[in-house]
Amino acid sequence: MRLRVAIIGSGIIGSCIARVLSMYENFSITLIEREFDVGWGSSKANSSVIHPGHEEDPERHPLRAKLCKEGNILWRTWAKELDIPVKWPGELMLFFREEEKRARKYIDLAKRNGIPSVKIVPREELLKMEPILNPDVEGAVYAPTTGVIDPFEAVIAIVENAVDNSVKLLTETEVRAIKIAGGQVKGALTNNGFVEADIIINAAGIHSDEISHMAGVEPNFKIRPRRGEYILFDEDVEIKPTRVLHTTPTEKTKGVYGLTTIHGNLMIGPTAEDLPPDFKERTSTTSEGLEYLWDKAKALFKELPPRSKVIRSFAGLRAEPPDGRWLIRAYTDPWGFINVAGIRSPGFTAAPAIARYVLNLIRTEYDVKLVKKDRWNPYRRGIVRLADKSLHQIDSLIRKNPDYGEIICYCKLVSKAEILEAIERMRKIGIKTITLDGIKHRTRAGFGRCQGAFCRWKIALLVSEYAQIPLQEVVIKKSPYGIGDVKVLLRGGK
Amino acid sequence: MERYPKYDVIIIGGGPAGIAAAIRSKELGMKSILIESREILGGVPLQCIHPGFGIHYFKEDLTGTEFISKLLKKMEDIGVRYLTRAHVHSIEVRSHNEKIINVITSEGVKRLETKTLIYAAGARERHIFETNIVGDRPDGIYTAGEAQTLMDIYGIMPGKQVVVVGSGDVGLIMARRFALEGAKVVAVIEMMPYPGGLLRNVVQCLRDYDIPLYLSHVVKKVSGRRRVEKVTVSRVDESLRPIKGTEFELRCDTLILATGLIPNIDILERIGVIIDPATRGPVVNEFLETTVPGVFAAGNALVINDSVDNVVNQGELAAEGAHIFIQNDGMPSTGWKPVKKGRNIRSAVPHYISGMRDVTFYARVRAPERMVEVRVPEVHFKRRLHSVRPAEMITFKLRKELLASLKSPKVTLEVVRLCEK
Amino acid sequence: MREVREIVCLICPNSCVMKVYLEDKKILRVEGNMCPRGEEYAKQEIIQPKRVVISVIKVRGGDMPTVSVKTENPVPKSCIPKIMKLLSRIELDAPVSMGQVVIKDVCGTNIVATRDVRRKPAPKL
Repeated sequence: MRLRVAIIGSGIIGSCIARVLSMYENFSITLIEREFDVGWGSSKANSSVIHPGHEEDPERHPLRAKLCKEGNILWRTWAKELDIPVKWPGELMLFFREEEKRARKYIDLAKRNGIPSVKIVPREELLKMEPILNPDVEGAVYAPTTGVIDPFEAVIAIVENAVDNSVKLLTETEVRAIKIAGGQVKGALTNNGFVEADIIINAAGIHSDEISHMAGVEPNFKIRPRRGEYILFDEDVEIKPTRVLHTTPTEKTKGVYGLTTIHGNLMIGPTAEDLPPDFKERTSTTSEGLEYLWDKAKALFKELPPRSKVIRSFAGLRAEPPDGRWLIRAYTDPWGFINVAGIRSPGFTAAPAIARYVLNLIRTEYDVKLVKKDRWNPYRRGIVRLADKSLHQIDSLIRKNPDYGEIICYCKLVSKAEILEAIERMRKIGIKTITLDGIKHRTRAGFGRCQGAFCRWKIALLVSEYAQIPLQEVVIKKSPYGIGDVKVLLRGGK
Repeated sequence: MERYPKYDVIIIGGGPAGIAAAIRSKELGMKSILIESREILGGVPLQCIHPGFGIHYFKEDLTGTEFISKLLKKMEDIGVRYLTRAHVHSIEVRSHNEKIINVITSEGVKRLETKTLIYAAGARERHIFETNIVGDRPDGIYTAGEAQTLMDIYGIMPGKQVVVVGSGDVGLIMARRFALEGAKVVAVIEMMPYPGGLLRNVVQCLRDYDIPLYLSHVVKKVSGRRRVEKVTVSRVDESLRPIKGTEFELRCDTLILATGLIPNIDILERIGVIIDPATRGPVVNEFLETTVPGVFAAGNALVINDSVDNVVNQGELAAEGAHIFIQNDGMPSTGWKPVKKGRNIRSAVPHYISGMRDVTFYARVRAPERMVEVRVPEVHFKRRLHSVRPAEMITFKLRKELLASLKSPKVTLEVVRLCEK
Repeated sequence: MREVREIVCLICPNSCVMKVYLEDKKILRVEGNMCPRGEEYAKQEIIQPKRVVISVIKVRGGDMPTVSVKTENPVPKSCIPKIMKLLSRIELDAPVSMGQVVIKDVCGTNIVATRDVRRKPAPKL
């Protein structure tokens, strides 16, 4: 008899857990997501860094240290299996005069955590490695196992693979209450009906404290939203570090990063601002926050690109748990409720390892004899991108499918075929409302210099045609493109 | 992939500049082809339903739609070769008179060889991240051109309570469109102390509809969870910095950004064309040839225009330049004289002249002034103008007879105030 | 009773700011115009302000869902809301040709189409 598992939240944590559990015969898995699409919480707005683990204190945060290191290794396989764009440039934690002592602590931490090859790089060598660095730098702690990944594609890829392996995705489904009877989890009450479950896994990110309280568990556990703002630059700026650069961390944050994203854009961020507990929807940027980043970026680089080269600024919220401690526990009272809550940094890095850890909790706490599936597909291929191909390859693609020959997004060279495929894939995993944002994250259309000014309406037209809905009803991110036809207000009607 | 016989000129961009260049190229007997990414030719005027087009070219005050229809008819009558749904992937410059244009079409990749190239792919709109507006990133934010496409081509209403950022003609025209179709236009916000567009547009778009215009103001922040809910507006000082304590909120569900256009020239930058930071377009000589020999630019891709008549003239001029280039196997070598920007001149095109031919200048001032003279002192050229404003491009021609008197190694464009009577 | 009213001319981009001098509601003279059309405009604006109205009308079965239209001549400003209401209730069937009169005799003028809208080909089965 299969155990029915409901995972609340399809961000990086929830989706990794879904994938790992889907490897076993024992579970019938439903992934519950309240937004229109997967990965729209913290997973969408973060530094995109895969950390080595040398910044985690194994005494204070043993779980974080262990799972971060494991996750770093697992991502190498997962990214290949799932065709997730990733690079492994390594990182340089820059230190200036008075910071050297603090920075050297990380060598010590690296030793204690068993993180390979972490060492100090002196100034001269450093400036040869990255000529664009601030020449006032004293040195850096170099950790070669740092990666930079595409966080949206990661969640999407994992969910596609999980669904391919029989996981069911329920979007636009918000958990309102958790039913417990006889000390046992029975299921979750949502806006779309009751989802029966024997095991409920709380991976609800910034709302994970609320979900925990719904199960009557950990009443004192409170998440503080921590906002991080970021600035993204045009691809063609001259300042593009090869390695991930960051300032020496403080108590609060891993420091400010300056890195080249997997898509080739210089990005600086994040800030670290604690917000009141009920400010969980505050993903707004502030002039103070952005100015702070410009200031900190001056510490990293010899010179900064001009302000006219900014193509986007955004903010994300991280779920900060009390004491920085991850709450990963399988409860026997109520039986079947598992918290994977307050997964702050290095959450993204650790996610595949967290998923395995949770699997192991299920095995031990709930006495489940795990049976591996005979047929489990580890592989998933991403959308074929015209922009990555040579002219000859583009020609071949077009001859097989003429829709590759119609370019919709000029800045990123995205074709109609890719957009239609993105829409197909969204349908395939069970997304009910196709959004332009979802297409953007799957194709990169709108990521470029014009930020969608040229192509947004063209993509909306394709969705309108495909989904057979009027153009004004196509959803951008959370709202429709228009409020009606052009005469709706004059008619005085709806 | 197919490789095609050599063209004399390939025109990239099927808006008014490109179409005019294509017509002129055909008239001059050049083997030419026009390439357009969209499935229809016409460009921006296709969605401009307001008049003000073709006053000089067709001697009529036409709507953008009427203008482009007539221009396309002229193009059809003369028989111009063109490809639509054809997007330029890249340009390879093999030599001064050999360029390969790689074009993506639904039939495959076409590699077109040409001697010269006229780049007329227009401009893009400045988006919100190119302003200093912070806050949420809700739905309900549109660029003015996007809103215009939605309303006046696809017949959909973007929103009902609108704040427009930017009082250039585009912003003013869109404010009126929204008001006419029954929306409440809460305000037009303008950073400068004077309106960006023509005074007649301030009257017929704002005053006629009681739409408040806030000069010396900026939108600092936009707020909204799913859709825009309000904006925070602030007064600015002479350095255009927000003044603390002057903030107020305006409730709205739609934010229209009409903060300016930028030449769409990624592809030119990739072949090493030198850019003028004042126009954000290519540096050109009097034939509108860029710093890459045989590559010409016209229309909004060259410099942001406000009159389609100028756009069309630039297209024709570029075609004429291409023709001379082909006849001489290159632009005749000459001592190009730089054009210097004098008093109150923010930008001027072309950047270099030979002094041996008629030259048409396209210039913009930094600040508005009345009762002025545009001068080129080196040749004693003076043109009196009633008023000048940044939003209105100044054009004038220097005849080659006048330029013959040029002894200086440069020319200067300047605007001088005349004494009040 | 003497009065001076300031009128901005809408005829051309010069946007001349004119002064109209009135006595007992009668126009005495116009100053500030750079051409005779301006003077005419100023007078009309005092007597009865008129504007050309431009908008779109919905189209059925066309290669575009709207056709752009304009009033053939300027109409009294006070008529504009009535015209807009009318345009919101009408839907045309493709094809529509540029220059075609789509509504006759509205506020003393006609509404004409300012672009072509072709009939959309029937979907292939």
